[in-house]
Formats: sequence, structure tokens, C-alpha cells
Amino acid sequence: MDFQDYKGVWVFIEQKDGEVASVSLELLGAGRKLADKRGVELAGILIGENVKNLTKTLFEYGADTVYVYDQPIFKHYRTETYMKALLECTEKHKPEIILYGATSTGKDLASAVATDMPTGLTADTTELDVEEDTGLLLASRPAFGGNIMATILCKKYRPQMATVRAKVMKALPPEPGRIGKVVEETISLKEEDIRTKVLEIVKETVKKVRIDEADIIVAGGKGLGSYEGFQLVHQLAETLGGAVGASRDVVEAGWIDHPHQVGQTGVTVTPKIYFAIGISGAIQHIVGMKNSGLIIAINKDKEAPIFQTCHYGIVGDAFEVVPILIEQFKKAISRDKVIK
Amino acid sequence: MLHIVACIKQVPDTKIIKMNPKTNTMDRRTAPAILNPYDAHAVEEAVRLKERYGGIVSVLTMGPPPAVSAIKKCVEIGADEGYLITDRRFAGADTLATSYALSKALDKIAKQQPIDLVICGKMSIDGDTGQVGPGIARRLDIPPLTSVNKVVEINQEEGYAIVHRKLEDGFEVVRSTLPCMFSVEKTINEVPYSPLPNVIRAARYKPHIWSVDDLEEVDIKQLGLKGSPTIVSRVWAPQKPAGGTFLEGNPAAQVDQLLSVLLEKKELFETKEEI
Ligand SMILES: Cc1cc2nc3c(=O)[nH]c(=O)nc-3n(C[C@H](O)[C@H](O)[C@H](O)COP(=O)(O)OP(=O)(O)OC[C@H]3O[C@@H](n4cnc5c(N)ncnc54)[C@H](O)[C@@H]3O)c2cc1C
Ligand SMILES: Nc1ncnc2c1ncn2[C@@H]1O[C@H](COP(=O)(O)O)[C@@H](O)[C@H]1O
Repeated sequence: MDFQDYKGVWVFIEQKDGEVASVSLELLGAGRKLADKRGVELAGILIGENVKNLTKTLFEYGADTVYVYDQPIFKHYRTETYMKALLECTEKHKPEIILYGATSTGKDLASAVATDMPTGLTADTTELDVEEDTGLLLASRPAFGGNIMATILCKKYRPQMATVRAKVMKALPPEPGRIGKVVEETISLKEEDIRTKVLEIVKETVKKVRIDEADIIVAGGKGLGSYEGFQLVHQLAETLGGAVGASRDVVEAGWIDHPHQVGQTGVTVTPKIYFAIGISGAIQHIVGMKNSGLIIAINKDKEAPIFQTCHYGIVGDAFEVVPILIEQFKKAISRDKVIK
Repeated sequence: MLHIVACIKQVPDTKIIKMNPKTNTMDRRTAPAILNPYDAHAVEEAVRLKERYGGIVSVLTMGPPPAVSAIKKCVEIGADEGYLITDRRFAGADTLATSYALSKALDKIAKQQPIDLVICGKMSIDGDTGQVGPGIARRLDIPPLTSVNKVVEINQEEGYAIVHRKLEDGFEVVRSTLPCMFSVEKTINEVPYSPLPNVIRAARYKPHIWSVDDLEEVDIKQLGLKGSPTIVSRVWAPQKPAGGTFLEGNPAAQVDQLLSVLLEKKELFETKEEI
């Protein structure tokens, strides 16, 4: 394998119903930095049906080139078809790095592609960098288990690949009118050769919990002791008009459902205010909330790691502090009408 | 006869694990080893399919010898056979090398009894990548179906399966040819307490244990650390954002200080449109 042949940073562009996933725009922002450092092109790879019109957005968000596969066979995401397009395109144009959103689709596709290439794939990356002279991708993620980060490398293969968590990287401000090169590709795939078929897509109308869109999040941890104790978190959230978040241990204890879980295996959130109540502050939790505007931690253990990440810390018992907090907020609300 | 193989992994129980407060790392010695919780759902689903359609359920794991206890746990859930591949040459495998080794073991299992379905968990709580399932599917050249949260139908005679795959805003109904691979969500089922006869059987059960040499056509270079393209180059403590200001005094005083800080920044409370 001659590494010299591999050039450029690619981002797999996830799209649905004519819209680019926000994680893909974030990755164009992150990819732009890597590409500039290496002095190479940043390209998007866009696969779907009737998606050509999305290229404009991709250029505005930083792509120099977009490779497009726009064919009816790509109407629905399927591992087999998308994988074949990506493998073919990679073989032809030889990128040095490919980034995917760590969404179910991104992970599904990247895992399959990595096996066929073959190459290394780093999952759920939260920090990215590249060695300027060698092009070695430095993909970092919370290391399994401990309160540490690990940088993972793929020295022997190209392209190097990583899936990257949503909401961790920042999209560039779009530059209206910025243009780039569209490279239209086609692949000959026959529907009857494809072993999977999407029979139906069912949208669920139940209002989904989207804590990643909330401005205020009140998150609780194992320190609340029980399901009953955890209700305190709901009460404060309600008072503030915020959403409820939780640590993984709380979700595993069954006090609240997984969509509320903040962290590496939950959602990444960036609210204006984040309350961490009875949460110790394990790295897997921290990576999901550290970019919040203002972090307030309440924990009875002064040594709890969460205090290293918060802006304001209250050392105290949640069951003493939070009720006062609720009461005082209620007063302030009726007095100042600051909060809705 | 339907033959379903669930791939399972033994993992340290991160919930009970103790942290070393000095190094801020996990003290693995204190962690009891358990069956990866996601894989319990994979086995449970396999057992339910067996009850629905008849057939046998095998479980396969790669790991050190104590992983036998994870296999026994699966027998309690209702698995019929268990296979452990264990060898120092497997050690240090990343997802690519893991899926390679497992696919070789699956080849061998299939020689005894052809496999219709491979079921994996969504992810392992220690490896935490969700990459091994699709990796196995690619190596066996069978369709990977990830995020499966319901199995609608398995039709062995006509050679297809229909499942629900979870999407962000609902689900899709997908039909695939058999054999194929599912990786399942936790929500697919609930794992009940094991029936006593299974527990008794599990206590006596002895799994098949294979080393590299028991597998066929294995390229040693693709195993373990050597076969792993990804390497951990550096482990580091994340840069800690400057520690916060502690609010002093009794709870009432602490709350007072916090409120005065917050109420000064009214923009914090200007919400976007209702969501
Ligand atoms: C691969 C992997 C992925 C993970 N992903 C995630 C993830 O996405 N999200 C996540 O959150 N975790 C995740 N974890 C788990 C993480 O490592 C921690 O175990 C978890 O975050 C701890 O939850 P906790 O803070 O609620 O509980 P604990 O660590 O038990 O902390 C409880 C805290 O409450 C305090 N407390 C106790 N009583 C009171 C009281 N009365 N008042 C105030 N404070 C009190 C204690 O001092 C303690 O600090 C993951 C772990 C692994 C290995
Ligand atoms: N060592 C292993 N032995 C058997 N199955 C495994 C092993 N590692 C991972 N798996 C399977 O692959 C799934 C995803 O694991 P991971 O990619 O590590 O998150 C797990 O839920 C298991 O079903």
C-alpha cells in the first residue's frame, strides 16, 4: 500500500427526507481543519435519491468537492448498497481519511466498509487531529473503563476511518455563495441482486424526547438514591422549564428511559445551563455535557470529579439543597418573571 | 431446522467496578465479570425464535477461559450449545481482528450444522463500538441488520426474515434473505429469570473449547494484536476545564449565591421557541 496515493479528507454525508444531518455539517467543520492542516481537499460523499440539490449546502459548510451517487437504488439507506458505492468511490479516488457521524447509520456503514477495505475504524471519537507531515489521524475517545482518554491510530492502512459523536464538533458558519466541484458518480447495481429490501417506513408520532435541543437541563445521578429521590430532578426541571437528563447508572437502574441519558453512550448536549445533581462526573458523562454554557454541580462529596468541570459547585446534600433551590426559583419567577 | 448462533462477550461489570482514586482508572481486578448485558437480549431473542419456529441456539464467544461462565449464563437463558474460542494468539484484538476470529469459528460451527441466523448485541459495554456484529456479517458475506428491535418473521423454507429496525423517529420494516445477521436493541425483549431446569443444566454444562489450531484456514497474521489495524497510542487524562467556584455557606446561603449569579444572566433563560 503506497500511502502517497491517498489524499484528502472525506466526510460521509448523512441525509434524510432532503435534509443533511447536522452531524455531517459538524464533521465538515472538523474535517476542514484536518484538510487545511494537511493542505488537502475536503470532500463530502453524498449517496441517495434526489440529493444533488444538497451539494450547495455542503459547499457553504466547507466542502471543496462533493462526490454524488444519485440513483433510485439509494432511496432508502441499506448497508449493502451504500457500502458498495462508498467502497467503489474510495477505490477510485483514494482519500486519506473518512469521517462518519456516530449515528446508527454512520456506525452501520462504517463498520461494514472497514471490514471490506480492510482498515481500522475508531468508534465514537470525541477529539480529532492529524499529524501534519504524515497524515496520521489522531482519533481520541474516552478509554474503555477508566476516567481517561485514549488516542487511537491506524498506522498500517489507508484510508483511516472514525465515527464521531454528534454535537461534539462545531459546524463552520455557512458561507453563502461558496462553491465547489460536484463529481457525479454512478454504480451499476441491480435491485434483484440486493439481499435486503425496505418494505415500509413507520414514523412514530409519540413526541420524542430531544434533550439535545433543550436550553436548560437538570440532570440527576445515582446520588439521588432511588426512583422516588430522582423525582426531585423532575421538580426542579419543571420549575425552570427545562428538560431532565440522567447518568447511565440512573438509566440502568430504571429510574428514567435511555433517551434522557447524557454521555458517551447517550446524547451529547449543549444547553445554556446544565445542572448535575448527585452525578460523580465520570469521563463518559463529562464528554456528553462539557460544552454546556453554565454547569452547576451539586454533590455531597467535595472530591467528586464533577467539580473539576463545573462553573459553580455546591457541596451539599441534594435533598437539602434542591428543595431550597426550587422554592427560591419559584419566588424569583413570580417576582422577576425571568423564566417562563 | 433453524440454527441460530448468538455472539456473546464476557465483560467487567462497570457498575460495581472500583475506581483507583489516585490514577483515576478502573481497577479491573475488582470488577466481577458478567455477560455483556446487551448480549443477554441477543440470546433471549434467539431462544424465543427457537420456541416459535423450532431449532437450536448456539452461543459463541472469544475470550479468556473464565468466559465459560458467560456461556453458562446463556445456557441458563436457554441456549443449547456453547463455543469458546480461546488462545493467546487471539489476545489484543480490535474489532477487525475480533470479527475475523469469530467468523472462522462460525465457519467451523456451520460445518456441523449450517447457520441460518447470527445474532449479536448492540454493543459491548467495555469495547463499546457496535462494530463487531456488522464486521462478522461482512466476513461471512451475509446481510447485516443493525438496530433490530422486533423480529416479525423468520421463514426458513423460503429463506427470508422480516424485522423492524429502529430509526431516530420510528422504525423501518426490512426484509432480508437468510442467512443474515441481526444486532439487537435492548428494547427487543426482557430477559426473565431463568427457569430452574436451565439453571441445573447450565451448572453441569461443558462448552466446546477451541484454540486457533482447532479452526480451519486461519491466517495467523489477521489475529489478535498483530491483526489489529488500530492501536492505542496514548492514554491521557483529559484536560480538565478549570475547576468551578465553590459556593460557600449553608445550603440556603449557597442557593442565594447561585440565584444571584443566575438571575444576573437573564439571557440564559431566554428560551428558543417551544420544543
Ligand atoms: C463504555 C462506557 C460507557 C459509558 N457511557 C456513559 C454515558 O453515556 N453516560 C453516563 O452518565 N455514564 C456512562 N458510563 C458510566 C460512567 O462511567 C459512570 O459509571 C456513571 O456516569 C456514574 O453515574 P453517577 O454519577 O450517577 O453515579 P455515581 O458514580 O455512583 O455517583 C453518584 C454521586 O452522587 C453523590 N451523592 C450521593 N448522595 C448524594 C446526595 N444525597 N446529594 C448529593 N450528592 C450525592 C456521590 O458523592 C457521587 O459523586 C459509561 C461507562 C462505560 C464503561
Ligand atoms: N469477543 C467476542 N466474542 C463474541 N462476540 C463478541 C465479542 N466481542 C463482541 N462481540 C459481539 O459483538 C457485539 C458488539 O460488540 P462491540 O463491537 O465490542 O461493541 C457484542 O454485543 C457481541 O454480540
